[in-house]
Amino acid sequence: MTRKQKRFAVILGLGAVVILAVALILNALRDQIVFFYSPTELIERPALATDAIRIGGLVEEGSWIVEGSSNIFAITDGANSVKVTYPNLVPDLFREGQGVIAEGSLLADGTFLATNVLAKHDENFIPKEVEAAMKAQGIWKGDGEEYGSSSGSGASNSGGGSSSGGENQ
Amino acid sequence: MPIELGHFALILAGTIALAQSAVGFFFWRIGGRITSYLRQAAVLQFLLVLASFAALIQAFVLSDFSLKLAADYSYTLQPLLYKITAVWGNHEGSLLLWIVIMTGFGAAVAISGKNLPSDLLALVLAVQGALGAAFIAFSLFTSNPFARLFPSPLEGQDLNPILQDIGLAIHPPLLYLGYVGLSICFSFAVAALISGRIDAAWARWVRPWALGSWAFLTLGIAMGSYWAYYELGWGGWWFWDPVENASLMPWLAATALLHSAIVMEKRNALKVWTIFLAILAFSLSLLGMFLVRSGILTSVHSFASDPTRGMVILSMLMVVIGGAYGLFAWRAKSLRAGGLFAPISREGMLVVNNLFLATAVIAVLVGTLYPLVLEATNGVLISVGAPFFDLTFGVLMAPLLIIIPFGPFMAWKRGDFVAVTQRMAGAAGFTVLITIVLVMVSGGKISLASLGLLLGTWVGIGAIAEIVDRIKLGKVKFSQSWAHLKGVPRIAWTTMLAHFGVGIFVIGVVSVTAWEMEKVEEVAIGQTVEIAGYEVKMLDVSRRLEDNFVAEKVMFEVTSPWGWVTQTASEKRVYTASQIPTTEAGMLTYGFSQIYITLGDLSEDGVRVVRVWYKPFIILIWLGTLFMAGAGFLSLSDRRLRIGVPKSARAVAEPAE
Repeated sequence: MTRKQKRFAVILGLGAVVILAVALILNALRDQIVFFYSPTELIERPALATDAIRIGGLVEEGSWIVEGSSNIFAITDGANSVKVTYPNLVPDLFREGQGVIAEGSLLADGTFLATNVLAKHDENFIPKEVEAAMKAQGIWKGDGEEYGSSSGSGASNSGGGSSSGGENQ
Repeated sequence: MPIELGHFALILAGTIALAQSAVGFFFWRIGGRITSYLRQAAVLQFLLVLASFAALIQAFVLSDFSLKLAADYSYTLQPLLYKITAVWGNHEGSLLLWIVIMTGFGAAVAISGKNLPSDLLALVLAVQGALGAAFIAFSLFTSNPFARLFPSPLEGQDLNPILQDIGLAIHPPLLYLGYVGLSICFSFAVAALISGRIDAAWARWVRPWALGSWAFLTLGIAMGSYWAYYELGWGGWWFWDPVENASLMPWLAATALLHSAIVMEKRNALKVWTIFLAILAFSLSLLGMFLVRSGILTSVHSFASDPTRGMVILSMLMVVIGGAYGLFAWRAKSLRAGGLFAPISREGMLVVNNLFLATAVIAVLVGTLYPLVLEATNGVLISVGAPFFDLTFGVLMAPLLIIIPFGPFMAWKRGDFVAVTQRMAGAAGFTVLITIVLVMVSGGKISLASLGLLLGTWVGIGAIAEIVDRIKLGKVKFSQSWAHLKGVPRIAWTTMLAHFGVGIFVIGVVSVTAWEMEKVEEVAIGQTVEIAGYEVKMLDVSRRLEDNFVAEKVMFEVTSPWGWVTQTASEKRVYTASQIPTTEAGMLTYGFSQIYITLGDLSEDGVRVVRVWYKPFIILIWLGTLFMAGAGFLSLSDRRLRIGVPKSARAVAEPAE
């Protein structure tokens, strides 16, 4: 091979790998992303519920029951709520009235079967997506007083009227 | 008083850093006295930052709650270790730790760089000074760790219980040593672009820093993964969380840098690319810092944050990336690329390695940033999880794993593919044999996982085969092979060790992913859960009172398939100060596999939900990373690579000691 041909072969090889990578990424971006919806969005447009989705909101007060090894609760954004079944242990900080994200799929009967439930390791946590969903419903209230929080004027406190102080146990 | 002294020391360090940078950039050509001034400045700057850090630690240890940071993150009844680690269990303190390490690296270059050309050293210290000044200013103006609180509270707010663990003492410092160590490679790259001193010697000077920070980064990520595994109680070791990805990207770039620097050193080729990678690796570190500290993500790692900090880091990121790549674009044309080389050669293999690692960086970058971009542009909320990364990152890694063993077998300049394949035939045979055994042991079905095991075994066996081939084991008399063994240069050993680590890492990942078992069952005292032949029996429940938490402790007795009986405990804790509950998993190790038990709440009828996992070969994941990091450190001790040895790259075989 001449020097020129060699160079061409090398560039061809490199190009092939890059094209492969781009194709993989685009393909995965089309099929493998998980969309997030609020209960209201889900109820208004159930067609959104494809294979795997995430829903988020607050765990509705008085809705959480444990049945055998399953946890059953409702996720609400204030306006609407969706019943969720999670056949597993909920995270330590899972409580009624707290922000939560459930990943799974919508069943034919309109309930949600979760494969994973996320809460945070911090008692003042509201997932960003949940915060946005609740603001959309106009029921967002800034989360409680955080004494001495280093966040000062954190984004999470921007919602105006603050509710209870201290722990919400 | 010590707090104000600490604050003052940090301000002083900032001004020194600024002076160091200004003097360095203006007078780098002069050398001599200027260089010795810069070296002193770098060391002094480090000592001052260290003093300010010590002041902070002192306030935490003495529970001085007039320091706002201590009041927010400490508690009088915390054990001493957690009082100290609480210093960096928050944004302000961890930023100061970052600065300590950054100036520490700067001082290390200053002290060890006597043999560097004076212009290069001056520029490296100038860039390092600029970075130091920027970060110190960031700390002082937006995240002052020395802010006071008046009136001071009697008791602190306590550190988040998740962080009250030995992991906080290990994971962040190691990770920062990696992240920040890459700043040295960055400084060397910028210095090389300015001075035009881009040659094989440059690669030789940079490589120890790249190696060291890569090894620390490897350890830091691995320890973070292990910490998450045992502390969070989710049973997973990697979640493709954006913040994890933020550490993986610089690691991939640093891995590519390590390998391309070898080509640059040995063959004086890939120069432009190596410089590009050195800048990229540190830019990705800063990107990680931005993702974690800007509040743009919610994750285990995100600190309480406010938007100004995010903006400051973003501007720093712009200046670093924009400035360095601007310089790169301006100067790269003047760099004559080294001679082109044959695709079938050691350097050809290293180029392919770099190609796959770089495309892997792109895949991870897209998966990490795409949700953020989509949200910012049209408000659609999505998450990109494991399926995306399996199909992109996973697929890209497969061919890389196939070629890893070929690299060390190839000769420089012109390799003989046929001959190499012949020499590797034995290794290939062994690999197939071992894979068959592994697949039989773990279920006996051929699947995608079998292919994964094949790849992992191939990399592991291939690594050993190179040494076996080198000493001609089985081809000459054993005594002769033994003699050859002593002559194997250390770099061959470290290559073997690192690649072997990759191999067993892959085996661990594949096994856990494919053959992990999980059971969620209701259990009362005396009842058992059966999983993968193990019997997990709940023995009794007791309460445990500690200074800063109350725990409910459940004992389990685990009987292994071959009759061993051992006990372990899972706990549910509630921390006194914050009233935060946590779960401590019960774990038992059998060889390389583990049984992992977490608890649910007690129901009224005395029954409790228990989640039990069987994790086959999971220990191999961290063992593999330890091999990789160990190889990195061992390779640092190679005398041929020691800093500031400006001799040519003659391959003098050294005894392996």
